[in-house]
Amino acid sequence: MANHNSHAHDEHESHGSLKSYVIGFVLSIVLTILPIVVVMNDMMDKTPTIIFILIMAVLQFVIQLFFFMHLREDKKPRYNVMALIFGLVILVTIIAGSIWIMTYNAVG
Amino acid sequence: MAHTAAPHGGHGPNDHGHHDDHHDHESIKVLGFWMFLITDVILFGTLFATFSVLHNSTNGGPTPHEMFEMPGVIAETFILLTSSFTSGLAVLFMHKGNKKGLIGWLIVTALLGASFIFLEVSEFLKMVDEGVKISTSGYWSSFFTLVGTHGLHVSVGLVWMIALMIQIGKRGINPVTKRKVTIISLYWHFLDVVWIFVLTVVYLMGVM
Repeated sequence: MANHNSHAHDEHESHGSLKSYVIGFVLSIVLTILPIVVVMNDMMDKTPTIIFILIMAVLQFVIQLFFFMHLREDKKPRYNVMALIFGLVILVTIIAGSIWIMTYNAVG
Repeated sequence: MAHTAAPHGGHGPNDHGHHDDHHDHESIKVLGFWMFLITDVILFGTLFATFSVLHNSTNGGPTPHEMFEMPGVIAETFILLTSSFTSGLAVLFMHKGNKKGLIGWLIVTALLGASFIFLEVSEFLKMVDEGVKISTSGYWSSFFTLVGTHGLHVSVGLVWMIALMIQIGKRGINPVTKRKVTIISLYWHFLDVVWIFVLTVVYLMGVM
């Protein structure tokens, strides 16, 4: 019986539920307000602030992927997850590589 | 002739139900849209990389610290976040087969998106009035390109959403319109995610 219930629950979840959208929305609001409050009130030094607001942004990205975009709810194999990971590797390479080259290896 | 006929004839026994084929066809299109989103991640990645490299290149001209007005930006942020949520509600109503709820929440989403664009365009116009243009310095070139590309994505999404509402009004909720709503809500959530990084990297780091 318990098994049957959890299965029905899973099926319902596959289209996302009101609950998952509300949780995602509330968490996103919190993760948006925190960095705004910290920056607008100069609550931390510069480097800790940058690290803090970047972590908040990445957390919000992850939350929206799972609660809004339902990343894990496709049939296996999840080609979208594989492609996304590949895309993120390229993204990090472009951004970190550009900053590194232009900061430390500029000619002149 | 026999050559071309053979593979066609061999297809028969493997034929799945028509409905299953159709469903697979629509889900492969959703996967294709994920591929597009990932190329878009890379597009925005290059713009963010350019912006990060040029973040001090104001050439003695106006700095972001002097130009940014955070109340408007914070309003834009919450408007776009709420519209991302309402586009999710539209998808929920679609799966319940509620056409009125679906179109209603799409209208709310589009109105929020339009207010976002209105605020952003007024912000840009005000900046130009105060003497900051795309040609002012490296910093402002990368600023207008990055933020403008995001705004362009939202504007295209608005036109797309209005066209889709008209189509749903005419044809109702069927596998094809369902797939189209799924795709546009993915697109809309994606634009909200990009905006979070614009807020963090461009605006919050700009006023620090």
